[in-house]
Amino acid sequence: MRELALHILDILQNAIEAGATQVALTIDEDQAADRLTITVRDNGRGMDKATVARAINPFFTSRTTRHVGLGLPLLAAATERAGGQLTIQSEPGVGTTVTATFQLCHPDRQPLGDMAATLLAFLLGEKNVALHYVHRTARDTFEFHSADIRAALGDEVELGDPVVRQWLAEFLAEGEQAVQT
Amino acid sequence: MPKLKTLDDLKRVREEAQKSLKVRLDTGTTIIVGMGTCGIAAGARDTMHAILEELAKRQIDAHVTTVGCIGMCVKEPLVDIEQAGKPRVTYANVKPDMVPRLIEEHLIKGQPVTEWVLGRVKAE
Repeated sequence: MRELALHILDILQNAIEAGATQVALTIDEDQAADRLTITVRDNGRGMDKATVARAINPFFTSRTTRHVGLGLPLLAAATERAGGQLTIQSEPGVGTTVTATFQLCHPDRQPLGDMAATLLAFLLGEKNVALHYVHRTARDTFEFHSADIRAALGDEVELGDPVVRQWLAEFLAEGEQAVQT
Repeated sequence: MPKLKTLDDLKRVREEAQKSLKVRLDTGTTIIVGMGTCGIAAGARDTMHAILEELAKRQIDAHVTTVGCIGMCVKEPLVDIEQAGKPRVTYANVKPDMVPRLIEEHLIKGQPVTEWVLGRVKAE
């Protein structure tokens, strides 16, 4: 995919498929160590060791409709192209953590891309998930808990409400803009 | 660290939303964008972005949400428009530049753009 933000959107959807109610997404751009680390941690149903080993196989999927699952294998390939790697830690009944590392300055690393759009698409699609987002760069850190936003809006007003959507789009865009290097 | 666009900001947003909530509860229009791996790779995120922008520009009230892959990956980005009492219409290969016409003709004029339609499901 053209941007890492698209891979991230994909992996976030995996967390939802696993029944997660809490997802922690962390993006760490460490210029000193020349490393970009993306972590998606969820509290979904998790996988046993055998399943984790097969997860990176494009011909393995927990879907019953098709025999192909490309999300993780594509991300793994992206990390390898850019001097990094993909690791998956998981425990059945507890959750899964997917960690993708990249060499920050590698010429073949895709750009991080439009994270604000990815976050908006994710938050609008899922009603019951609490997202904790942290984007750390040399310039600043953008962090928020979607639960805080939902709490401030109360019970009646949803994130998908047009008025809220507008605010959310701006909030995310501003936050991301503030950490651009 | 940039703070949450102050909680006061959100309170204002909440009030604004609550005011028009009563009027809008019967909008009955939902736009569903496929956001599986295939959809994402085909550009569905940008299509969704275009839809949100067009709705905001025209001040149209519609619920927008995402779903996973339905198996017709080659036809992604797929966009469903569901309106109360009408057949659910699925559009195939929806690029961001197709969105203005889609919104104009299907939502405003009430005429689905047949040349882009993948299929219809009868309303219950």
